[in-house]
Amino acid sequence: MSNVRPRIRLPRSARAGDVVQVRTLISHPMETGNRRDPDGNVIPRQIINRFTCEYDGKMVLDVDLGVSVAANPFMEFDVKVERAADFVFTWHDDDGSVYSETQHLELS
Amino acid sequence: MFTRRSTMALGLGAAAVTLVPLKASANIPTVEDAVADFTGGASVADEGVSVIAPEIAENGENVPVEIDAPGAVAIMVLAPGNPTPRVVDARFGEASGAPRLATRLRLGETQEVTAYAKMADGSYKRGKAEVRVTIGGCGG
Repeated sequence: MSNVRPRIRLPRSARAGDVVQVRTLISHPMETGNRRDPDGNVIPRQIINRFTCEYDGKMVLDVDLGVSVAANPFMEFDVKVERAADFVFTWHDDDGSVYSETQHLELS
Repeated sequence: MFTRRSTMALGLGAAAVTLVPLKASANIPTVEDAVADFTGGASVADEGVSVIAPEIAENGENVPVEIDAPGAVAIMVLAPGNPTPRVVDARFGEASGAPRLATRLRLGETQEVTAYAKMADGSYKRGKAEVRVTIGGCGG
């Protein structure tokens, strides 16, 4: 699917041992499969069905999403940071696409 | 005009129409299915899981909900009043800082958003919060 844009907010600074808050959002209609177009045809389901976040190669969060998650799925969660490392985020689309984003966290 | 054949076709069509919703709903897991799948039939304590949500949601299309489940390794969030009740399953990994997740839901009607948590010791807990929905969020 095109026009899918992930947005990620990491803390500006963190120290080793901190628990930091991460917020992510991805632009996506999360089409439920329950709606019909003006001609009465069912609009097929197309959602982000899975979201994952890894930090420093370790799993933070692995989420299965259903159709009752609002459009532009938003996730806010907590990560324990031990050192400067990459965050890797993935979003899995019903159409088989995987949108991935990597961000580096520097420690102060 | 209504010939014998067209009347029969009409009857078959009507039968098909009434069968379709039954068939569709048979594929969607109910709340009981989801709970059985998540807990494996274990008993669930009504404590230790906070569901933080607005008391009144003007727009059911986008309702912020936060689940806080200290000690949990996984959570499941249900919107029992929606056509597809199982909203989210989340597993917290070794780099997780806390078993907490905030997200945004669609709610079709007023209902009790319920979160189940699997604890590290294998026990289960749950919590819920009622959200009054002014305009439902499940579209046509």
